[in-house]
Amino acid sequence: MPISRRNFLKVAGAAGGVLLAGGRNPARAAAQPASQEDVEFYGILIDTTKCIGCRACEEACNSQNGLPKPEVSFSSESVFEKKRETTPDAFVVVNRFPDEKTPEKPSFVRRQCMHCTQPACASVCLCKAMEKTAEGPTVYHKDRCMGCRYCMVSCPFDIPKFEYDSPSPFVKKCIGCPDRVAKGEQTACAEACPEGATLFGKRRELIEEAKRRIYQNPDRYQPHIYGEHEVGGTGYMYLSAFPFEKIGFRNDLGTKPYPELTSGFLSSVPLVDILWPAVLFGFNYLVSGNGKEDAEEHEDGHGA
Amino acid sequence: MQRSTRTVMEPNVRPLSIAGKAPVPDTGTWKGFLRFLLQELRPKGKVVTRFNVITGIIILGGLALIVVRFAKGLGAVTNLSQEYPWGIWIGFDVVTGVAFAGGAYILTFAVHILKVKKYEPIVRATVLNGFLAYVFYSGALLLDLGRPWNVINPIIGNAYGYGSVLFLVAWHFLLYTACLFVEVCPAVAEWLRWVKARRILQKMTTATVILGVTLSTLHQAGLGAMFLTAPAKIHPLWYSGNIPVLFFISSMFAGFSMIIIESRFTHRIFSGRVDAAHRASHDKILLGLGKGSASIMAAYLFLKVIDLTHGHQWGMLLTPMGYWYLVEVAGFTLVPLVLYIVAIREQNVRLVQTTAFLAAVGVILNRLNISVIAFKWYEAVRYYPTWQEIWVTLAVISMELWIFRWVINRMPILGEHPDFRTGEEIVSNGSPAEGARWTVSAS
Repeated sequence: MPISRRNFLKVAGAAGGVLLAGGRNPARAAAQPASQEDVEFYGILIDTTKCIGCRACEEACNSQNGLPKPEVSFSSESVFEKKRETTPDAFVVVNRFPDEKTPEKPSFVRRQCMHCTQPACASVCLCKAMEKTAEGPTVYHKDRCMGCRYCMVSCPFDIPKFEYDSPSPFVKKCIGCPDRVAKGEQTACAEACPEGATLFGKRRELIEEAKRRIYQNPDRYQPHIYGEHEVGGTGYMYLSAFPFEKIGFRNDLGTKPYPELTSGFLSSVPLVDILWPAVLFGFNYLVSGNGKEDAEEHEDGHGA
Repeated sequence: MQRSTRTVMEPNVRPLSIAGKAPVPDTGTWKGFLRFLLQELRPKGKVVTRFNVITGIIILGGLALIVVRFAKGLGAVTNLSQEYPWGIWIGFDVVTGVAFAGGAYILTFAVHILKVKKYEPIVRATVLNGFLAYVFYSGALLLDLGRPWNVINPIIGNAYGYGSVLFLVAWHFLLYTACLFVEVCPAVAEWLRWVKARRILQKMTTATVILGVTLSTLHQAGLGAMFLTAPAKIHPLWYSGNIPVLFFISSMFAGFSMIIIESRFTHRIFSGRVDAAHRASHDKILLGLGKGSASIMAAYLFLKVIDLTHGHQWGMLLTPMGYWYLVEVAGFTLVPLVLYIVAIREQNVRLVQTTAFLAAVGVILNRLNISVIAFKWYEAVRYYPTWQEIWVTLAVISMELWIFRWVINRMPILGEHPDFRTGEEIVSNGSPAEGARWTVSAS
């Protein structure tokens, strides 16, 4: 088939349409932060050297999120015998890590969603059930979720948990008390902490505070704020007296934001979607450019 | 599919009467259509066969397990955990199954775009296989979703997560299944003797194939790209920025090996449905597929070596996971490559068929390694599937085989439709071919 003007316009029109549609997204993405530039991410600084393992944060979290009472009461220390993970019914758990040199002074480290600045869970969610809010909390819209658990596969901290025993399951995790934060209040866990080990504030100011503590007490702290740069920065950050890998943190996550891991592939998608059909049509024209075959097909009544 | 000569059938849909056979209902009318459908739905041949009994039990058991799964949740039948959110329902049914369905796009590319006529006889069976694979794998995917009723969210625009690879995969998956349906439809139209519909569908073929190849490229690669977001969880020997490319490339030889394996069975089981022309060219086709597999596998292995070198991972080969990696890459990719080359040099069709099995095992290992086995290889308590997960997987495969057989036994997939046969053959087309049609085991 020769390329007629009409055909050319058809192809050009289609390609243009795709380009326009594709071009709109970056524009929208760029517009978003501009309208919210006065809002700053809030976060939490957790000073593990101050934590006494009282689990007041766990209790406050449970009542804030309406979670069921735990099997072992909040005042029992028996839970520290085993390292715990968060569960669908416990969004924050405190673990105890022994110190080899001074066994009577263990480290207590709470574990919950890190509220990454660029969260993997939100970027991989195909129906935006996980979403990063302008104030910082990474929230979960349970009405949108289809339960594919890709967020669990992608989360570098293994935080989202799934209700495997429910016929209508949800993904459960700390959502960072978005209602409280939007009202200018601190999170339930930060409010409940009697030792000031959980400090709520603007992320930028928390980093300053953490640095000040490290500079002023170099013997007390490791010179590292966990979460300042990990996976592109997290909203919830930690200070520690011990190397972080000794208190249950991974030090091999890198500083690259997780959405960037797939951005290269995703940006190739419109390219392939436009170029591939063009190349394939070209091949097809090239091969069937043979006049004899064309005539034969025509007679056949099905010009494949 | 193209025919080189004019078809005998005239567009007025008047079925030819065949001596000794009941007249075929006129499918041009509603009544005739329904009667034809009812007639065709009835099993043909013996119902109680060993295959039917075994797969029947598997399917019934599988359905019961599916009921339990939806009544009590995924935890009741699977070993999925907070540590291992994806098991074999994703790793095998979806990720591996889709790779094997890759034969459809690569073959339609060869036949309809490059016009390689040699592979024409196997296009329909491959496309049918691909289509059923996609339908059943997306079905299996629904079993794995916690809230499958929300699966329409990313389709109907209830918050598009277009930043997600899975969003892309879902859309391309859906659209490609539609493409495959259009590609299967000419056979359906011939079966129904809908001449006009067939003609329209045939005209859509090129565009559909081009769309299909494009969609396949992206979702085959996309399935791999999904795992890019787990860099700290997948063993470094398997994690690579090239996963999308590797998935795409390996889906080609996965597809080829599946075609070779599938044709081996269909030619034995449905021998009556295979026409003479197809049978005659079959050895040549298999050798060609072997050759194609070998060259693609060589490129794939080359990329694998580059990955190893770039990641400075040669030392890791001497660890337990390294040995396992070698089993996959050397044992089930390099060895099949060598065997394919030997088979081509010796023109040994049997060896191509045997090698296809090895190559298929290699692809299964690769997909399972990335999605399940090398995923969180460091965990103390590892995931392994429950018998229920395996049973349901077998049930899905059994159902697919039943439908595949049902279609093969009725529609012109392996051979041409008697009524759409080319002119000079129509004389010899009588009871032999038609009789053979019903001798095949029941479905």
